[in-house]
Amino acid sequence: MLSIKNLHASIGDKEILKGINLEVKAGEIHAIMGPNGAGKSTLASIIAGNENYEVTEGEISLDGEDLSELAPEERAHKGVFLSFQYPVEIPGVSVTNFMRTAINETRKANGLEEMPANEMLKVIREKSELLEIDRKFLSRSLNEGFSGGEKKRNEIFQMAMLEPKLAILDETDSGLDIDALRIVANGVNKLKSDKNAIVVITHYQRLLDYIVPDFVHVLLNGKIVKSGDASLALELEEKGYDWIKQEQEA
Amino acid sequence: MSKYTEDDLKIELETKEYEYGFYTELESETFPIGLNEDIVRAISHKKGEPQWMTDWRLEAFRAWEQMTEPEWANVHYTKPDFQAISYYSAPKAVDPNKTLDDVDPELLEMYKKLGISVDEQKMMNNVAMDIVVDSVSVATTFKKTLGEKGIIFMSISEAIKEHPELVRKYLGSVIPQKDNFYAALNSAVFSDGSFCYIPKGVRCPMELSTYFRINQAGTGQFERTLLIADEGSYVSYLEGCTAPSRDENQLHAACVELIALDNAEIKYSTVQNWYPGNKEGKGGVFNFVTKRGICEKNAKISWTQVETGSAITWKYPSVILKGDNSTGEFYSIAVTNNFQQADTGTKMIHLGKNTKSTIISKGISAGRSQNSYRGLVRISPNADNARNFSQCDSLLMGNNCGAHTFPYIESKNPSAKIEHEATTSKIGEDQVFYCNQRGIPTEKAIALIVNGFSKDVLNKLPMEFAVEAQKLLEISLEGSVG
Repeated sequence: MLSIKNLHASIGDKEILKGINLEVKAGEIHAIMGPNGAGKSTLASIIAGNENYEVTEGEISLDGEDLSELAPEERAHKGVFLSFQYPVEIPGVSVTNFMRTAINETRKANGLEEMPANEMLKVIREKSELLEIDRKFLSRSLNEGFSGGEKKRNEIFQMAMLEPKLAILDETDSGLDIDALRIVANGVNKLKSDKNAIVVITHYQRLLDYIVPDFVHVLLNGKIVKSGDASLALELEEKGYDWIKQEQEA
Repeated sequence: MSKYTEDDLKIELETKEYEYGFYTELESETFPIGLNEDIVRAISHKKGEPQWMTDWRLEAFRAWEQMTEPEWANVHYTKPDFQAISYYSAPKAVDPNKTLDDVDPELLEMYKKLGISVDEQKMMNNVAMDIVVDSVSVATTFKKTLGEKGIIFMSISEAIKEHPELVRKYLGSVIPQKDNFYAALNSAVFSDGSFCYIPKGVRCPMELSTYFRINQAGTGQFERTLLIADEGSYVSYLEGCTAPSRDENQLHAACVELIALDNAEIKYSTVQNWYPGNKEGKGGVFNFVTKRGICEKNAKISWTQVETGSAITWKYPSVILKGDNSTGEFYSIAVTNNFQQADTGTKMIHLGKNTKSTIISKGISAGRSQNSYRGLVRISPNADNARNFSQCDSLLMGNNCGAHTFPYIESKNPSAKIEHEATTSKIGEDQVFYCNQRGIPTEKAIALIVNGFSKDVLNKLPMEFAVEAQKLLEISLEGSVG
């Protein structure tokens, strides 16, 4: 599935990622944890193809195909999905209209016909029930005036609609109260299969109580410095990141 | 009236040639360039107009001669030489040897994107039609339906002859000949246009001009429209066409007058897509339009416009709220790209009591274009409890374009309630990236964002027009990012 080798990236003169290696296989859930400024969101943006960052070295591939030359929308068409930490507002464009455009553009790129309207409605109904979304919500302008929790829930709704191969959830837990967290995590778990993979980026252990990772990686100063199983997240919750920093310096 | 043929006219003009101080080898269907009283007379004569109409035109011409071109608009261009223009040419004849293969392929590509039918494409490019019967029969059925309701819908030239009492009463009643430089010019030389009268209590059963939009494309550079909705009637009128018009006339000065009598309602929708000039800002139409309506008691006039074309746009569809409880609305989308300049907005003149007006203006600028909203809300001393709400939003694409807002508010009545909201925003890279990440390519993302921005106005358009207008916005902004 996703293979990242020796990835270096910078913004302007500042190097942010300093040699990342990561292998994610179908059916796996990986968590990437680390303190603020470690480069977690940068990594997510770069996988999605954000051109504000320059990849200076290394490679990213999906199912053996090099992603580096592909535009963000082409990566999306191949099944890369990013749940944004700060979803943007698009006034006047309803959630439904946005999703319909996204789905049909993706289908078009993959040589498929547009999804018929009745099928679209059916899928929308199914997925909104899965995430306990009131359908009135779907006629509102995308993210405009949404609460933090609504924005995040809407991101996962989009993930459910697009059924990506690889989903990266960037700080999806921030801004969610405990009930919303449970609904979102529940949704993600239902979407999980042995054909797709999920990378969860988070500060806290909290989300990982609901979405249990197969692997946990600690990102520190642009590098993955420690990997382990779910118990590593608990250890970090208890001890913080300092002990790893010290380990590194030692 | 004595018969006056083209040959007579030709002789008349040739013999007067020295008076004009220039020599032109006159083709039968085109007048010599330049403008003077004789040309005005000749236009009127050629159209077989009665004396009162000729006099009306001459009065306008004499006023125009004393006027100077306005300079207050936020547009910059080389003023046209009004003596270098030919003020009359008959509609171009169909060239039997011309086929669609002779038409600019770029233009055909645009038609395809807009879903314009082959027949319509042919008519717009003066290509002979294969299936004339169909469109003729549609037009005939249409005329019959209107006739049964007593609705008069014809060219203004015909109306001058067939309904002189109506034309004489209302022509110039909202836009006097001397109103402004371009209106005076139009009054003197208008070529043709539409006339419409809806009788008392009649609700016009269809969107007027839907089937006539192609015919209108040929009405020339000085179009004159007069629309009268008698007491308690309703009409929705569509003007223009989403298809691009490659008119060789650079100067367009149209006048549109609307009269809504007691309890009448007029909804007037325009899509303007004249040639905007090339990417370097060469060429393009100068569009100087005067549009105004008057509302009597409880009447309502709504202007909705989508302006994407022309190199220069100077246009302020206005409403005079004369009658008590009357309503004026203005909904506008103005798109400028490359080197286009638009100075457009509205005037809402509140004279009656309890009058209401709403203004929603959406300006979208891209490339190196300049887009200005200019609006006036005037509350006169007698207009008790007048209300106005204005909203002016600007959307910028890139760093080289400009958006400007010039709202004027004059209130002479303390009971007036006036609200004005304005926003300026820029399409953000983060918005585009967000769309990209969901699989939506950049061009499509821009179209989506622009359509969302324009939604409040697009919703006011009649359904089939709205769909075309949406596509038009998309096409107008193609290549504006990247």
